[in-house]
Amino acid sequence: MTTTSTNNWEEVRAAAQAALTEPIVRYIEQCNAGPEPASQLISVLHKVQSHFGYLGPEQLDAVAQLLQIPAAKVAGVASFYHFFRLQPHGRFRINVCLGTACYVKGAERVAQRIMDELGITWGETSKDGVFTLEGSRCLGTCGLAPVVMIDDEIHASVTPDQVPAILEKYLERARQGPAA
Amino acid sequence: MAKQKINLTIDDVPLSVPEGTTIMEAAERIGVRIPRLCYHPDLSMAGSCRVCIVEVAGMGYYMASCSVKVWEGMEVQTNSPEIRRARRDIVELLLDNHNMDCQTCERDGHCELQNLAYAMGVRRRHFEGQRKRFPVDLSSHSVVRDPEKCILCGRCVRACAEIQGVHNLSQHGRGFHTVVAPAHEANMDDSVCIQCGQCINVCPTAAFLEKRNSRDVWDALADPDLHVVVQTAPSIRAAIGEGFGLPPGTPATGRMITALRRLGFDAVFDTNFGADLTIVEEAHELLIRLRGDAPLPMITSCSPGWINFLEKFYPELIPHASTCKSPMSMLSTLTKTFYAERKGIDPKRIYNVAVMPCVAKKYEARRPEHFTPEGTPYTDAVLTTRELIWMIKSYGIDFLRLPDGEFDAPLGVSSGAGDIFGTTGGVMEATLRAASELVTGKPADRLEFTEVRAVEGLRETYVAIGDRAIHVGVANGLTNAKTLLDKIINREEEFHVIEVMACPGGCIGGGGQPYPAESVKVLDPELLRKRAAALYEIDRGKTLRKSYENPAVDEVYDQFLGGPGSTKAHQLLHTHYRGALPRGIR
Repeated sequence: MTTTSTNNWEEVRAAAQAALTEPIVRYIEQCNAGPEPASQLISVLHKVQSHFGYLGPEQLDAVAQLLQIPAAKVAGVASFYHFFRLQPHGRFRINVCLGTACYVKGAERVAQRIMDELGITWGETSKDGVFTLEGSRCLGTCGLAPVVMIDDEIHASVTPDQVPAILEKYLERARQGPAA
Repeated sequence: MAKQKINLTIDDVPLSVPEGTTIMEAAERIGVRIPRLCYHPDLSMAGSCRVCIVEVAGMGYYMASCSVKVWEGMEVQTNSPEIRRARRDIVELLLDNHNMDCQTCERDGHCELQNLAYAMGVRRRHFEGQRKRFPVDLSSHSVVRDPEKCILCGRCVRACAEIQGVHNLSQHGRGFHTVVAPAHEANMDDSVCIQCGQCINVCPTAAFLEKRNSRDVWDALADPDLHVVVQTAPSIRAAIGEGFGLPPGTPATGRMITALRRLGFDAVFDTNFGADLTIVEEAHELLIRLRGDAPLPMITSCSPGWINFLEKFYPELIPHASTCKSPMSMLSTLTKTFYAERKGIDPKRIYNVAVMPCVAKKYEARRPEHFTPEGTPYTDAVLTTRELIWMIKSYGIDFLRLPDGEFDAPLGVSSGAGDIFGTTGGVMEATLRAASELVTGKPADRLEFTEVRAVEGLRETYVAIGDRAIHVGVANGLTNAKTLLDKIINREEEFHVIEVMACPGGCIGGGGQPYPAESVKVLDPELLRKRAAALYEIDRGKTLRKSYENPAVDEVYDQFLGGPGSTKAHQLLHTHYRGALPRGIR
């Protein structure tokens, strides 16, 4: 987009607001009114991620503009922390426990089977947008090892051979339509 | 109040230094140069490479000498067997995650990592294993980014933010996957990069390089149907000698011209001529602005890195930028119009090469505003000083033994005012030499305006022209420029003329200039001072020192353009700018 010559801040601001939501913009404005607004960057990113589920370039650029922190810095912070996602996750989030007990009971082989079935690796989303694969440390249910959590549902004592059937259940749900 | 003195020993040598001195600085006082990589005295402290570690008695760990300040009674060892081994290990680990292509690397012989590895005594690889893999980013017309060669020292990130105020680069990701890139790991072309190339200058390896155009130039020189014309920017003559071992600050105009003829160029012109023409047009524009017909202050527009910064970061100031094309683009335009007409050569057969201290000029040459009505560029290829040095060496030309040559007339005739364009304050000084006469109608009572030579980066002063006091500002390095630009926006000061050069020291410190010798730090103000001194020496040695007195400029106006500011001059020698959205964060 090009402009002739005048100050284009109003347009920039409007574009930034459109990329975020009204409450997030209000929150950023509160930060700007307080001391050291730049130090609120991480808390702003948390707000944005909890609303959108991830931090896309559009959102990061908007945060950069509204906080007046260079976009490279904002993106650098977002990409450094494990907690922040830079891509949207799929309809279902598969969380394979990689804690000691699960690991010993074969979580690695289960995870490998999921990767083979879906053609993705850690942190990625399947092409059809249905699954995102994540790993976590201990889920605190070592008696059920190895544990795979899909969204809020627990799958206990999972073997690699059970993986296709488990995935199929969720694929079926996805085919029935979007979540209520 | 004088700072307290601290007593310590370094390698058993007792010394006393002011409080607040770092171990590295203290060591330099007794002639010990501790190896370093991420450290740069003009940038903020990173302390990330750990190459400068030393042993401090009583401390259980090695300390980074760049960032630890001395204390009373401190005992430092810089070269114990343990520290030497640890330092070598650190460099070895850097190398093991680095390409093994020194022989084919552009930076071969000028690479700080290579020199460091040699100095540390690394003679083989110990830890062969996985190495980071990233694609090369060739998207930009000017700057090539090769993250596989990056050692994450962060000097480019700091230079881009602290010297240029652009903040285009940062480290993304973490651990093994960390990469230095623009926001969202976007291509340089899709970023707020202003293409100044200072990242190339401060990079210790070849993670940043200029986009090479030498192959295009070889091809053109070998094509019998093309009439290949070259022009050289003012600052090239002041720096090119360094590439052949001459001490910094040695003017090498004559040898440079002969070298260009030996390479096979059909005509050798001087960008200085374009500079003189720029001054005449710009002085004319200034008078119009002083009359109140266009906004003040007028800001110079020769530096393409600055123009990129203006468009991306300060679009509201675009009406203040002089509409004059840069000296390079003015001369290129005249080569394909005036010169082609006079010589009876079809402009399509002319191949225009410009040797520039600058990588942003490669982008300027590709801007559609600088294309002929047929849609081809007026400037076909831009070479940096480094590329020309390489071409001369590659051709087996013994530069030091060359006799002096002379530029071709008339587009190679210039005044000393053109020469000083290559250093900070030069455009301002040249403008003042011309404006003085234009405003008062009398010859200027002086030629040198040393008060506008902003060697420290930023100057504001008043210059008397006739009975009028002209308020001028001069800045080099865009962080310095921001200070002036913000004053204009906030209406804190009423300036008449402002000169902005994107690079530290002006063109002499451009992103395409020779890499300094191993013992000289990058962006050394002393090196820049020497290069500038060469230009002032050339200026003083000329009888022709004012752009208005250049007979070749008169000739071109009389026979081709009409007068300064004529319709034809406007058509061929002026341009316009486009603000970009979203505005970069400044």
